[in-house]
Amino acid sequence: MGTPVLLIIVLAGIAALLATGLAGAIRGRAPDGRVLVYGACLALCALLALAGIAGLAAPPSGLGLPLFLPWIGARFRFDPLAGFFLLVINLGGAAASLYALGYGRHTAEPERVLPFYPVFLAAMNMVLIAADAFGFLFAWELMSVASWALVLAHHHEERTRRAGVLYLLMATLSGLALLLGFGLLAGPAGDYSFAAMRAAHPSGWLAALALLLVLFGAGAKAGLVPLHVWLPEAHPAAPSHVSALMSGVMTKVAVYAFVRVAFGLLGAPPWWSAVVVLALGGATAVLGVLYALMESDLKRLLAYSTVENIGIVFLGLGLAMAFRADGDATGAALALTAALLHVFNHALFKSLLFMGAGAVQTATGTRDLNRLGGLIHRMRVTSFVFLVGCAAISGLPPLNGFVSEWLTFQAILLHPDLPQWGFKVMLPADGALLALAAALAAACFVKAFGIAFLGRPRSEAAAAAHEVDGFSRAAMAGLAALCVLGGIFPGVVIDALAPVAHLLLGTRVPAQLAVPWVSIIPVTAARSSYNGLLIFLFVAAASGIAVAAIHRFASHAIRRAPAWDCGFPNANPITQYTADSFAQPIRRVFAASLFGAHETVILPPPGDIAPARIDKTMRDPIWDWGYAKPAGWVERTSISLNRLQFLTIRRYLGFVFAALVVLLLALALWQ
Amino acid sequence: MALVLALAPLLTGWARKVKARLQRRRGASVIQPYRDLRRLLGKEVVLAENASWLFRVAPYMIFSLTWVAASLVPTFATGLMFSWTGDLIAIIALLGAARFLLTLAGMDIGTAFGGIGSSREAMIAALAEPAMLMIIIALALLAGSSQLSTIARFMDSPAVGLRVSLALALVAFLIVALAENARIPVDNPATHLELTMVHEAMVLEYSGRHLAMIELTAALKLLLMISAIGCIFLPLGLAVGGAGPGGYAIGFAAYAAKLVVAGALLGTFESAIAKMRVFRVPNLLGGALMLGLLATLLLFVSKGL
Repeated sequence: MGTPVLLIIVLAGIAALLATGLAGAIRGRAPDGRVLVYGACLALCALLALAGIAGLAAPPSGLGLPLFLPWIGARFRFDPLAGFFLLVINLGGAAASLYALGYGRHTAEPERVLPFYPVFLAAMNMVLIAADAFGFLFAWELMSVASWALVLAHHHEERTRRAGVLYLLMATLSGLALLLGFGLLAGPAGDYSFAAMRAAHPSGWLAALALLLVLFGAGAKAGLVPLHVWLPEAHPAAPSHVSALMSGVMTKVAVYAFVRVAFGLLGAPPWWSAVVVLALGGATAVLGVLYALMESDLKRLLAYSTVENIGIVFLGLGLAMAFRADGDATGAALALTAALLHVFNHALFKSLLFMGAGAVQTATGTRDLNRLGGLIHRMRVTSFVFLVGCAAISGLPPLNGFVSEWLTFQAILLHPDLPQWGFKVMLPADGALLALAAALAAACFVKAFGIAFLGRPRSEAAAAAHEVDGFSRAAMAGLAALCVLGGIFPGVVIDALAPVAHLLLGTRVPAQLAVPWVSIIPVTAARSSYNGLLIFLFVAAASGIAVAAIHRFASHAIRRAPAWDCGFPNANPITQYTADSFAQPIRRVFAASLFGAHETVILPPPGDIAPARIDKTMRDPIWDWGYAKPAGWVERTSISLNRLQFLTIRRYLGFVFAALVVLLLALALWQ
Repeated sequence: MALVLALAPLLTGWARKVKARLQRRRGASVIQPYRDLRRLLGKEVVLAENASWLFRVAPYMIFSLTWVAASLVPTFATGLMFSWTGDLIAIIALLGAARFLLTLAGMDIGTAFGGIGSSREAMIAALAEPAMLMIIIALALLAGSSQLSTIARFMDSPAVGLRVSLALALVAFLIVALAENARIPVDNPATHLELTMVHEAMVLEYSGRHLAMIELTAALKLLLMISAIGCIFLPLGLAVGGAGPGGYAIGFAAYAAKLVVAGALLGTFESAIAKMRVFRVPNLLGGALMLGLLATLLLFVSKGL
């Protein structure tokens, strides 16, 4: 254990964030309150991110403080896993704070946002360094409550209030599941510190049950299917910088919780738990992106896309668990590195995309894709960085999304000879699901960018849009630059992740920065390698040659004219494709059976000048069967139990007597 | 790099000649695509009034991405100098990036035709790309590497033998290659009717030098796919890197023969079958995806299959 200097710095940073929250509560309504709060958050997040980077290289350190309950205290621990997630979370937090310096000018009631935003950041950081279950759960619940308060910032809308209720319900369920999981891990001795849980080495069914409970709890927060239903309601309801944090960063805290328990605390869970994680990860990836394709609200589309990417992360984590269960620590390190790299990349490009959506909403007043269009002419910088974000999330080389996807495929290719049949079936199935999710994600983001930014404006608001302020543009441009750099120099991030894999699994992926030409070689050079820098340079050189050749040999003439449109141009922008029409072929292929999607077209008889009508209907099977039905049962059961309120005195006395008899019987049988 | 660029229009011209001959026409000369490119390069670009910078930049980006991908595919010899920079997954992802930009360019002007092309292309890609990735996974599991040069060398060696997975992968690869290159039965490359357009609808607004680049890219993609099929499933005569001029000469002759045969087979197939209805294409591509998945599953279940 090293000296806790870095840990003290992190704790000081968290305390400063909490103090900023207090300052936000006091000075919230003042005109400079926004600058004070967001500026302080930017500086503190930058400091904490640097501490995270330092923590990746430093040995683990621990500290005990006499906080919370007096006979338990609070333990904190700062190791490379916490350091990596600190980097991810505070990088996202810093970008969101920089964005909010400009975006926050438009907040109607700043006193509803400013106090809770720093507390949200502080709670997320506290979750990462907590080393006992009480501190962890306290910070987890604080994170939930702070984000719930932020979701309800626009409380006047009915939809936001319903989203808040659903979010609170799912957050409570997740906290309860985590509490039960930690309780099982603590065992009959009741020692809640992580060090004791690590040393306990729980056996077969106990470890599996604890893992499933933690998977439920962390999955509800991260957005695993079928626990994802709150994400598309709550993430769009919050202000855009908070949405960026919730989607890009808070889901990663949930991933941290799962990684800490599955790899850090549980020594060797049974091998079939990896099958569960693999199945959930693959299903989440495909279902998330299918939901996203059906959406025409830009922020709901991005929220569902977060669900898809969380599925990809859990798929990688499941692969790591599978390889570890079969004794291959190097393969597990590769899969874990792929999953954590995707965590980092997703935090970058999802924050960028949500900020872009916020910019669009500020500029046009709407997030409905069917009301947007032609924004590439009006919002040049935003459209360019949004394009970079869309390309990154679609996994296109030479950007960073491709690298994590490529590494996950390399992990799938690693072991075709695993003995268990569950793995023999799940690994190729997951390869197919991952490939399908990647292709559908590209289609989804072509739709998002193409309908919102390209084409002609579909409403007057879109035609009158203006570019957003400098802070927002700076934050988005910074994240876009990181996406490009992460794709060209992926070895830097992979090598930074190596201490995390070493801590959790004992081995690491081969060192990448030593490879010539800055390639990445995850296993051996004979197996495969990828060089982002050279691919980028080749593409640049090829386009340079093309431009030079065209300039030399081709005509330079350009004439502007009306669109050709096969000779029948229609000036009305309503003849363009909308978001729903773009997704119609995919909806017909994929969603006809899954979501019951069908369209009814009502054409008036010939000669009638009434307009035709198209109605599309879809049902969400997970909501219908997983939430609406149980909610119906709960309601019917509680109504029938309500009759207990209106019994006669004789029936009440009969109840008391029966209860007494049952308890005496139980006591007698127990002895 | 320059070889693929020089040969691509010739292959397209040859396939068109075979189709014309089967239709009892004399057909245009096989070097007509070169003449078409020269004609287009000399013409003025007619740009729609609301075309953005993306519309003008896209042809160059699409061309360079496809050219880099085509340069990474072995043609007549393995051991390309920079084959370690990108494996088969990276090649397919580069093609996917080109398609991403082409689909966006189709939506840029804001006409209904562009939307038709882009949305249909998105649907086709949503199935063709996973099928391709499953085939790559199956091949990589067999060869122990996802580098195309290593796969080609493995297929040439006696270690490969007859395998069910390879047969399934070949059928799936042929279907995906037809879909990716916008050939009958998925799309008609010679049509200008809205009902039958996918690729042509996306590039409807392009003219002049931009259209020349896009047509060259399409020819390049066809050459890429045929070279890939040739070096993976028919590695006869493929020269090993470092062989002498004799080895290279045999390799080149074998490659030329493969291109001639492939062009003739493509032309014959396109003349023998009609274009499918748009919503029957997912059935075909779904079949290819299932074949790829089955090939991979067989390899996971038993190494001998």
